[in-house]
Amino acid sequence: MSKFKKKTNEGQPAISTASLPDIVFMLLFFFMVVTVMRQNTLMVQNKLPYADQVEKLDKKDLVMYIYAGKPSPRYQERFGTEARIQLNDKFASVSEVQQFIFAERETKREELIPYLTTALKVDEETNMGLVSDIKQELRKAEALKINYTTLQGDALRNME
Amino acid sequence: MARRDAPEVNAGSMADIAFLLLIFFLVTTTIETDSGISRKLPPWQPEEQEPPVIKQRNIFTVLVNRNNELLVEDEFMEIEELRQAAFEFLDNGGGTGDEACDFCQGPGDPSSSVNPQKAIISLVNNRGTEYGTYIAVQNELVAAYNQLRDREAQRLYGKSFTQMEKEYNDPNYTGNKEKLKEQIGAIKDMIPQKLSEAEPTS
Repeated sequence: MSKFKKKTNEGQPAISTASLPDIVFMLLFFFMVVTVMRQNTLMVQNKLPYADQVEKLDKKDLVMYIYAGKPSPRYQERFGTEARIQLNDKFASVSEVQQFIFAERETKREELIPYLTTALKVDEETNMGLVSDIKQELRKAEALKINYTTLQGDALRNME
Repeated sequence: MARRDAPEVNAGSMADIAFLLLIFFLVTTTIETDSGISRKLPPWQPEEQEPPVIKQRNIFTVLVNRNNELLVEDEFMEIEELRQAAFEFLDNGGGTGDEACDFCQGPGDPSSSVNPQKAIISLVNNRGTEYGTYIAVQNELVAAYNQLRDREAQRLYGKSFTQMEKEYNDPNYTGNKEKLKEQIGAIKDMIPQKLSEAEPTS
């Protein structure tokens, strides 16, 4: 009889936490692998417009990014509020776009060059004048595949 | 001297360190991919070329002014109506003989397009137009094309065009991709996206 009584007094055993680090490490490695650090620091305002007829832009290594928009508040003192183009980490003029495309092409393997896409990340308040200037330069540089990067949503929200 | 065993390293704080790293990577992670409207620019042609002659009835002009207002076929229009207007233009099917459109369901208005192969949508912006408006207009025009393509794909192959494209881009799709590609090509030939953009006016 005493054999059985003993057990009831013991209470719940503690759960072993020895495997907790393993679990956490597993999660850690997952996030380390899928993390893509931001390549460029944004120096322009970048509130993208909405659209719903969108295609996904896979293969991030085949995309060149061109940003455009008003300089962010902390740069407005130096660069004014007129919409500007940002290439890599600095402001650029329209004439530098071609140079940028050629430089980007240099860094890619030759057989991948026809698949390169230019993603235009343009603030929704920018005037079309600047965007068409960029497009003309892209045509001159023969970077004809472009993608207007947008947020997913109803396009009519852009008009508000 | 008696040899002592090396003391065990306390691994209790390892979880804390790992958590710290985990939270850092959680915060910096961006998993979502970019998406947007894909377009192909026309190649650069330095010298002025004679524009090909296109009948006025086959051109659907959309003008956007600096106040983000739309002028469609010389009439003021709200953006909400643009998709339907473009769809009706594409689906009109007013052609006869060689130019007849055998799948169009439109009324066959003699002042509108003859068939979707001939129909061209021309978009003219002002330099002062806002980019957001431009994207909204592009979006609506692409939507009109997709609406017509969806309808025809549904009729011919029993599923919508957007669904077909999604399946084609899905690496886990188990069906016959060659056939799917052929079908997508057939729809694209039937209803080509002819969206012409002129130089913006200032």
